[in-house]
Amino acid sequence: MELKEKLLSSFMAFEERVDVQSQLHDVRTSAIKNFENKGFPTKKEEAWKYTSLNAILKNDFTVFPKKDSAIEFNQVKKYFLHEIDTYKVVFIDGIFSSHLSSTTHDGIDVCLMSSALTKPKYKMVIDNYFNKIASKDDSLTSLNTAFANEGAYINIPKSKVADKPIEIMYFSTGNESALMVQPRNLVIVGENSHVQIIERHQSLSENPVLTNSVTEIFAQKRAIVDYYKIQNDGLEANLIDNTYVSQQKESHVYVHTFSFGGNLTRNNLNFYHYGERLTSTLNGITIIGENQHVDHYTLVNHAQPNCESFQDYKGIFSDRSTGVFNGKVYVEKEAQKTNAFQKSNNILLSDKATINAKPQLEIFADDVKCSHGCTVGQLDETALFYMQQRGIPKKEAKALLMYAFSNAVIENIKIPELKQRITKIIAMKLGVKLGFDL
Amino acid sequence: MLSIKNLHASIGDKEILKGIDLEVKAGEIHAIMGPNGAGKSTLSAIIAGNENYEVTQGEILLENEDISELAPEERAHKGVFLSFQYPVEIPGVSVTNFMKTAINETRKANHLEEMPANEMLKVIREKSELLEIDRKFLSRSLNEGFSGGEKKRNEIFQMAMLEPKLAILDETDSGLDIDALRIVANGVNKLKSDKNAIIVITHYQRLLDYIIPDFVHVLYNGKIVKSGGAELAHELEEKGYDWIKGEN
Repeated sequence: MELKEKLLSSFMAFEERVDVQSQLHDVRTSAIKNFENKGFPTKKEEAWKYTSLNAILKNDFTVFPKKDSAIEFNQVKKYFLHEIDTYKVVFIDGIFSSHLSSTTHDGIDVCLMSSALTKPKYKMVIDNYFNKIASKDDSLTSLNTAFANEGAYINIPKSKVADKPIEIMYFSTGNESALMVQPRNLVIVGENSHVQIIERHQSLSENPVLTNSVTEIFAQKRAIVDYYKIQNDGLEANLIDNTYVSQQKESHVYVHTFSFGGNLTRNNLNFYHYGERLTSTLNGITIIGENQHVDHYTLVNHAQPNCESFQDYKGIFSDRSTGVFNGKVYVEKEAQKTNAFQKSNNILLSDKATINAKPQLEIFADDVKCSHGCTVGQLDETALFYMQQRGIPKKEAKALLMYAFSNAVIENIKIPELKQRITKIIAMKLGVKLGFDL
Repeated sequence: MLSIKNLHASIGDKEILKGIDLEVKAGEIHAIMGPNGAGKSTLSAIIAGNENYEVTQGEILLENEDISELAPEERAHKGVFLSFQYPVEIPGVSVTNFMKTAINETRKANHLEEMPANEMLKVIREKSELLEIDRKFLSRSLNEGFSGGEKKRNEIFQMAMLEPKLAILDETDSGLDIDALRIVANGVNKLKSDKNAIIVITHYQRLLDYIIPDFVHVLYNGKIVKSGGAELAHELEEKGYDWIKGEN
């Protein structure tokens, strides 16, 4: 059976299981209808011109895994930021692991989407926020909405600073020969509040995985949200990340995306502005090789005056890997005094590697500063010669140059231990041990 | 120390060096002067191993060993240093970290242990004082946003750190004001010993007032057309390069 048919026929059973009477029944029903009409996106659609899901969809994915997968912390410790204390919301094959998690309701809520969706005390929040910023038009987002049940629920009330970073971790065990999961996260950060979140999807086997994830982030007035996505998964793992950010005035939301692994990764990252003088920052480092594919599809919708957005994406592509950067900045007529900057710099290390870079600026206001710049190049030969002349072998010199190239983005990581971790992963990706800790 | 015999080199189809012979002994300072486009920078790049140029004839011997087939880093490990006319900016890598990497890679290639961190700091402090370099400067990204003078001082600082046998200073005086020139020249003179050799490549005689050469060579159209003592530099300054061009 084709995956689409399988998903459609699973839907009824799923709804019965989660409670047909639920308030979400209508939301889910219209979502599955949208998916049924549109199906999986194909390369015929402009937004998916450079990314094909065809080969992946041929896998016979299990949609509802068995419940008995257990993992010991020691097996997966290395994937956590274990050097420091963090809140953890951990899922194994899509199912919450209380064993590996460390949740809280003490002043802030760091817990489960499934309880938020079903418990009466969360009803008002869910009514106000769930599926409110996520697209009702996008077929993959709709598919996730239809099956939305599990994921992280984070609610930081007014004037609170989350006392430690929150790690959202999705493991897949490989107990199923092929697994599809649809995590759904909801993050609400109150007025003047501040939170740091790290999200990671990690496959523990070589069996194919398809993750279709949706995250909604709401930043209230003057809230600061610092969100890190670590994509360093195995070569059989595929991720479609749909993230929607809603910002109120004077808030600042950073999303940093580190794409190092996986077979296919698509990041749909959307920012919507609902207040003045706010800032959106989108940073990314992509370092891939072999036949890996990473597609960054970003949208910043400037709808209010005096807002700023910064996009800085660095990509290093070797072997036959392919990258896509499609960055859309939309400046509405009311959004005067907008500052919108977008950069995508790419290095191709092989003749067979490809990058498709496509900036799109649509500006309807007349008093704005907008810029975009895409570069594609090779490593600077003069710089390589300079370093070799000082005794640094070519391989290390290349690595140092690539590190220097991605440095502007690394510098933006505000959790020191995470910064160290990312630089280590980068050094590993570049295959070098340098004379100092990056 | 360095012995260049009948060196021919080209970039693409264009022959730039047309038979260079040069003998540099330990303890000597040689100046290579010449008009723009004579091949001065090409010669220094070729000695350092820049792969953009092809050596078509002749040989380059360093302490009797032919180095013309070696990679740039291998030549560096054997003690060749080139101070660049245009030092390259490397954002995100501090001067200190860059030097640590360069020194330890060189030591590794010469089968030595890594330099202990405290010793490294000590040497860095010593050498930075020699070049009158502020401590804060060392934690900045290599050459990024440095003034022309800072870049050149940083080049000589690296030379001091690496203690090369053969140092080639390519247009080190360009972009230097008189104070920076004095500091750089002073640094070079202090690094000079009877165990190493220095080749100063320059367009003007100015730097040679501070770093006094034992020999001056005039390079024109890919060949050394005149050699002499320090007085040759003064003669050139007086008569201009047209004098050489007229004779050749």
